[in-house]
Parts: sequence; structure tokens; C-alpha cells
Amino acid sequence: MSTVLDIVASAGLWAAVLRIATPLIFGTLGALLCERAGVLNLGIEGIMTFGAMIGWLAVYHGADLWTGLLVAALAGAVFGLLHAALTVTLGLSQHVSGLGVTLFASSLSYYLFRLIVPLAGSPPTIVPFQPIAIPGLTDLAFVGPALLTQTPPTYLALLLALVLGYVVFRTPLGLAIRMTGENPHAAEAQGVNPMAVRYGAVMVGSALMAVGGAFLTLSAFNSFFPTMVQGRGWISIALVVFASWRPGRALFGALLFAFFDAFQLRLQTAIDGVPYQVFLMTPYILSIVALCVMARRARVPQALMQPYRRGER
Amino acid sequence: MTETVLEIDRVSKSFGDNKANDAISMTLARGEIVALLGENGAGKTTLMSILFGHYVPDEGHIHVFGAELPPGRPRAAIHAGIGMVHQHFSLASNLTVLENVMTGTETLWSWRSETGRARAKLTSLAERFGLAVDPDARLGDLSVGEQQRVEILKALYNDARILILDEPTAVLTNLEAETLFVTLKEMARQGLSLIFISHKLDEVMAAADRVVVLRGGKVVAERRAADTSKAELAELMVGHRVARPVREAHERGASVLEAAAVSVRIDGVDRLKDVSFRLHAGEVLGIIGVSGNGQAALARMVSGTLARSSGDILLYGEAIGDLSVAGAIAAGIGRVPEDRTRDGAIGEMAVWENVVLERIDEPRFSRRGFVDRKASIAFTEAIISGFDVRGGGPLTRTRLLSGGNMQKLILGRNLADRPRILIAAQPARGLDEGAVAAVHARILDARKAGTAVLLISEDLDEVIGLADRIQAIVGGRLSAPVSTDEVDARALGLMMAGAWKKEAA
Repeated sequence: MSTVLDIVASAGLWAAVLRIATPLIFGTLGALLCERAGVLNLGIEGIMTFGAMIGWLAVYHGADLWTGLLVAALAGAVFGLLHAALTVTLGLSQHVSGLGVTLFASSLSYYLFRLIVPLAGSPPTIVPFQPIAIPGLTDLAFVGPALLTQTPPTYLALLLALVLGYVVFRTPLGLAIRMTGENPHAAEAQGVNPMAVRYGAVMVGSALMAVGGAFLTLSAFNSFFPTMVQGRGWISIALVVFASWRPGRALFGALLFAFFDAFQLRLQTAIDGVPYQVFLMTPYILSIVALCVMARRARVPQALMQPYRRGER
Repeated sequence: MTETVLEIDRVSKSFGDNKANDAISMTLARGEIVALLGENGAGKTTLMSILFGHYVPDEGHIHVFGAELPPGRPRAAIHAGIGMVHQHFSLASNLTVLENVMTGTETLWSWRSETGRARAKLTSLAERFGLAVDPDARLGDLSVGEQQRVEILKALYNDARILILDEPTAVLTNLEAETLFVTLKEMARQGLSLIFISHKLDEVMAAADRVVVLRGGKVVAERRAADTSKAELAELMVGHRVARPVREAHERGASVLEAAAVSVRIDGVDRLKDVSFRLHAGEVLGIIGVSGNGQAALARMVSGTLARSSGDILLYGEAIGDLSVAGAIAAGIGRVPEDRTRDGAIGEMAVWENVVLERIDEPRFSRRGFVDRKASIAFTEAIISGFDVRGGGPLTRTRLLSGGNMQKLILGRNLADRPRILIAAQPARGLDEGAVAAVHARILDARKAGTAVLLISEDLDEVIGLADRIQAIVGGRLSAPVSTDEVDARALGLMMAGAWKKEAA
């Protein structure tokens, strides 16, 4: 028991929680934005992988880190454009299109990576984002080392959750997005162009996903390998449901999952005699439990996964 | 001379070979209520969709307050002061009333929604026209009547001065419809102009100042409501005299379905309390009542989708437990559900599939586990021609049929095999005059052939026209039966109001 308390009381755990949560926050917010407009984006896993690759590649070729993030965002938006063209304009199945985008983007990442970076014994590296100290605050006892020793993209993720929450619930644009996800016919009857809203939401959402991927290569690690996203996209899709399509709760959900993950990592080393795979499983099991508890009464956007065709009911 | 606010000038629109609107002209004056009357398919909705910019007309012009309306642009129509209340509401059930109303009313790129100002405007509009509704209620929690109020408020919020209502009473109960017409008249009195689309003669006569009759895409007549009659309008609308079929005297047979003190309790609420009735072969038993008094539970109970809590059901003289759907089908009980698109047919499936679905295990439609498509389609074709289903063949997706044709299909599916019992819930709701007559004629034919019909309806004329005996349903209880020939409309009205309950108590 004291081991558990020691772990929870360590500043290192909480710093790790924020770090682990960052790509999930980006991914979840991106998926949430798409779904609020009525488009399920299962391209997320591939888009994150591609973002990780292209962001890293840009920096490897001399761009600065922020430019790397920007390049990833643009690439994500392009995949979003592809997904939107297939699902919004052509009205194809969002599941099939999304999985297609994931397969395509993942394969393309590896292909381009191998094309540009020749096979080497150990993967080439870059200099990633460094933690920044916030003058006066980082020196605070416990809170400082626990929460305020992050790299800039992490702060950006936290800020983004607040901004997106504000936009979705407090601005005319957010209302237009929500209306499009609930009833695109009603949106159209009120002079909102649901096609344009869906394109915009899917492209911006995909850009956020790609930034989440790029965080992995530009901040969490310093190199790219093809399997590095490791299901974080799928976790994000589940977190959107867990969050009942609310950005604030999405942030909470990502932090909760990251907490389970950081906690089990430390338990692995603290407790002997239990196979480490058991600990690896725990965040996923707890996530399923949390999903069961939290998401049963979630109000799904009514037009999610329904293609909008003008003049048809 | 009152000011003309809307002028439609020789508007035409074709879909393929079908000329939906053929050089239609009409006007609307300030403070006037005009009814656009016509059967389904007469072109009413097409005309209004052109007016609201959903369709671009092939020819013709529209002037609103003297200025020409650019075609095909909903925003321009809204801007010109036209508001539309669709038959199927354009609302989002997960958003609040205020959010539904506000969508699209502000520039999208503002950093703040002016909710305070919007709330004040909405509240003052609601007060001015007597459309009370809570701005923060979730739309899905509201009744259909309240949702319609939100639709009207939405149009008014956009400063509509011309309001178009597409079959506004189709989804309302009679009481809600009356309230609506009071509101509409108040709106006209305050200077708004209204067009409402309808095929119901009663409400056209009750609410409109002027009636424009459409038939086959053309304006065939225009009358002041004061100078016309229901009979004349019906004739103009259909193009020939329509008479609802007349019930002829007819010997009834043995009792086939009997309920003795049956109660149904759902989630602790009694939907049916000690309900008793006896249905005989070759008769129509009418259950009359204002909707929401237990009709749905009654219909579901005898169709096998709802279990009773107590009481006995006798089928062909034998006590049975609860009916199952399969049991009901096997026992020859045909079912025409109240909500035809939800419970009556599967919209995405073909007409023939809907027709044979409940009989698919019969040897005539399947052989060795394979569907006999040919036999199924032939059977469907027989129903389509026998019941005059128009607008599609056996392979058409069912949701593409109009309401009246879907209803004829469902009726045909149930009557084709001469069922011994037919449960018909609101069989003519939402249908136009011609289709109503057809549906009624089929029900009377079935009665003549010996089918026992349980007719559940809130339409007094329908029940009086079809039923041999009538029981009223009020608060989940059934009155004792009365013979239709021995009561008048006034007595039935009292029955629907529950006057008999006091005597019984």
C-alpha cells in the first residue's frame, strides 16, 4: 500500500501523466471536432502516424521544431480533405473510408520514411522540444516539478482543450458545427452550409490528430519508427465517447488514461512476482470500465455517420 | 386595398417527365391566411420549396414585398422575410430551444454568441404570439406540439413576415391543432401573412381566409373560405365527386377476440386498466379517443408486442396467455400500426421484401431455405394492382412511396390473405381525401368478407363511418360499447370526454 502512495506522491508520476496525455489530448480533440460535425474519422491512427513521420522528417531536414508541427498539421489537413471528399461529397461509408485512410497513411508514412531515410542500424535522431521552465512557478514545491516542467506542445494541448470547449459551446461557429452534427437539414434551412462545415471540421480535426502524432517524434522521443502510435488513435476515438463529445471531459479522459498508464509503468518496477503484461493491460481494462460507467447516457450527435445529401430526407 | 406581400407569377417546375408545377400564379396579402389545398402529389410542397429556395423553378418569377426573389437561395428567402415550418421539423433534439433558434442567425466568425440578446428576443416573440416555450429546454424533451412552436418561433426570430406551414396539423393531436389555429389567427391579426398547406377540408374551412386549390400541378380554383363549402372544395381538389364509402347493414358472426378486464402496466404506470371488449367476425369495432389515452398500448397488446399485466384474452373462444407477434400472425391477425414508417414498413427495403417478410417461412415464398423471389414478386404485384399502390413497383425502396401509397401497401399486405382479424390503428391519418376513401372501402370490404376489424382512431367521422359499435378510450379505460346507429356526434364527444366514467364510479 505504501508503494502505491509513494508512487502517487512522486512529482515524476504527474509529470509523466501530462506527457503521456498530450498526444491523446490532440487526438481526442481532433476526433471530437470531426464527430461534432457528424463525421467519424477512423483515419486518426494513420493520420497520427503520418504526422509523426512528416513532422520528424521536416525537422531532420533542417526545419525548426515549430515548423515541423506546422508541416504535420498541414499534412493532417490534407488527409482530412481526402476523408471529407470521400464521406461528405461522395457520401461513402465513414467507417470504410476512415479505415482506408488509416491503412493508406500508415503505409505511406513508412514508405516515404524508407525512401528518404536509408536503412541504418539505429534510427537517426533529431533534437526534440525541451522542457521550458515558467519563471517563478516551476520552482514551487511539488507542483512545479510535477506539472510545470513540460515541453511547449503539452501546454499547447491543455490550452487547446479550453479553446475548443469555448468555440464549441460559446460561439456561433460552434453552434453551426453542433447543428450540422445533429441535423444538417436544419442547419441548411437556417442558412448554414453543412458541407462546408463538415469539410472544415474534418480538416482541422485531422490537423490536430497529426500534431498529436508529431508530438511523439518531436517531443516524447527523438526519432520515428512506424509502429510508434501504438493504438493511441483508437484510444482517442474511445475517449471521445467517454467524454460525451465535450472538450473539457475529453481533457479529463485523456489525463485519466495517462494516469493509469503512468501508474502501471511504475507499479511494474515496484512490485515483483506479477508478469509485467498484467500491468500493461490495466489502463485498457480501466478505460473500458470507465467507458461503461461514463458513456451509457451519452448523447450521440444524431447525424453522426449519416451522409448529408441536399434535398433528401 | 390591402398590400400584396407575395406574388407568384407563372411558376413551373418539372422533375423528369413529371410537371410538378405548371404555370402557377397566386398572391398573398398582408394579414391574410391562405390555404393551399390539394391531394398528395398535387404540387403543393414543390411550390413552397421553390418559394423557399430549395428548388430552382424552370420558369416564372416570385416577388416578395415588390422585389424579385432570386431563385434557389434559402438565405435570400429568409432575408426577404419568408419563414418556413416544415412538416418534418428541421430541429436538433440534442440542442436547446434557444440553440435551435439561434443557429445561423449570427455571423459565423464572431468570437461570442449573443445569447442574452437572443434569449430576450425569443421570449418577447413567444409572449407576443402566445407561443410559450422554455428557451433552455432540450428540444427532445418537448412534445410534438411544443416542437412545432419552436419551428414557428425560429421563423419569427428571423423576422419572417410571410410564414409557410407545410401540413402543420399532420403530426398534431386535435387539441394541439386547435391551439395552433388560434395562434395563426393571432399572427395574421398582427399583420403577418400565412400560407398553410393542407389536404384537410375541416381545417381549411376553419382557419383560412382564402383557399387556393391545386390539382395535378395547376391552380384549378381560388375561393374565399366564406363563399365555399367542404363539398365544393373536395370536388375541386379531387376533380370529381368523392364520397366516402357507406357502411351497409350486415350480420355479424361469432366472437373472435375478447378481452376481459385486461390491464397493462409499463414502468409502474397503468396504460390500460380493466379493459374489456368483444370483437365479432364481420363487424368493425371502433375505439374512439383523443390520442395519448392508451390507444398505443391497446394496439400493441392485441398485436402481440406488449404483454398484459392481468386479465384474460380469448382468441376464437379459447383463453390464451400473452399473444406473441408470431402467434398473432399464425392466428390470422392482420396489423396496421399507427406509425407506418416506423412500425409498418422497413423504408430501406424493397416493397416486395416488406410484403413477404412476415410470411417468408411459408412454403409458397421459400423453398429449401431459399427465398422464392419470383413468387414473392408476383404476390407483391398482385397487391400493388389490387390495392392501387402507385409510385413504385415491387423493387422500389419502400421509403420512396408516399404516405398514402405506403398505407395502401400495408393494408394490402394484411388483407391479401383474408385475415380473420384486422387491427387498424389510425389507418387514415395523414392521407388525402382520395386515399382515405380507398382505405375505408378496403376496410369495409374486409368486414363484408367476414373479417373482424378493431379500428382505433381519433377521427370521429371515420369511426362513425366505419364502425358498427363504438367504445371510447379515456385514461386507459374503455367505456361500454354503444351501437353507432343509436348515437350522434355529440354523444360520442361526451364519451370521448369521459362522461361515462362518472356513471361507472
